[in-house]
Amino acid sequence: MHLLTDTLSWFFLLSGGLAVMIGSLGLLRFPDFYTRLHAAGITDSFGTAAILVGLAFQAGLTLVTVKLLLITVFILLTSPTSTHALAKSALHGQLKPLLKEDGGASSNT
Amino acid sequence: MKGIISLFITLSVIWLLLSGHTNPLLLSLGLASVILTVIIDHRMDVVDQEGNRISYPPRLITYIPWLAWETIKSNITVAKLILDPKMPIRPNIFTVKASQPGELGKTIYANSITLTPGTVSMSVDGDEILVHAIDQGTADDLLTGEMDRRVTRISGEH
Repeated sequence: MHLLTDTLSWFFLLSGGLAVMIGSLGLLRFPDFYTRLHAAGITDSFGTAAILVGLAFQAGLTLVTVKLLLITVFILLTSPTSTHALAKSALHGQLKPLLKEDGGASSNT
Repeated sequence: MKGIISLFITLSVIWLLLSGHTNPLLLSLGLASVILTVIIDHRMDVVDQEGNRISYPPRLITYIPWLAWETIKSNITVAKLILDPKMPIRPNIFTVKASQPGELGKTIYANSITLTPGTVSMSVDGDEILVHAIDQGTADDLLTGEMDRRVTRISGEH
């Protein structure tokens, strides 16, 4: 049982860490503000959630786990809100998004 | 009244889970702070306005696993785009229709769009959401309208 939870825990911790690293790499590689938001989205949604779930497996069935899961829920609720606030204020500030259309895409701006 | 009772129960459960204390002094202090919060909420008139929030959690049970799975799938898509040396991104902007009747439903929909990597909701205007997508693939996933239908189903009639 201990081996199983440890394996699961490390699986989540490592994949979460990998997601955070990929997200940071994307933040550096992507060309403009709006596309960088998507890269940050990986860090926000999967990275933190996976790390917190991995930590919850380490803590076992205790109150700590409840707190970690509550933190996960709050992060998953607030990070899209802040991303939306950033995108909206960039749009409002007339920051032009980089657009690329290779035909077939239906886009109306 | 129903709102007050459900708020009281929710707050008490959260207090107990976060503190973990069981001695009488701390329990009574917790009870006092819960009652104070309920009184303030009642005076601010926010308790009964969101009347049917109590009916949300049971319906969310089917939605959350689906959203989690979609999030994982689009995480992999965007991670591939980042790691690809050529970085074949095609950013585009389009509008989708939010067919949820209430504001809470629209909020859940816009938040779900942003939570899934590859699509970010830029602004909500009436029942239209302006979306920025990083790639045609992630945009197409949203344009099928499945997420819209699922959120409409859980938000129900107000």
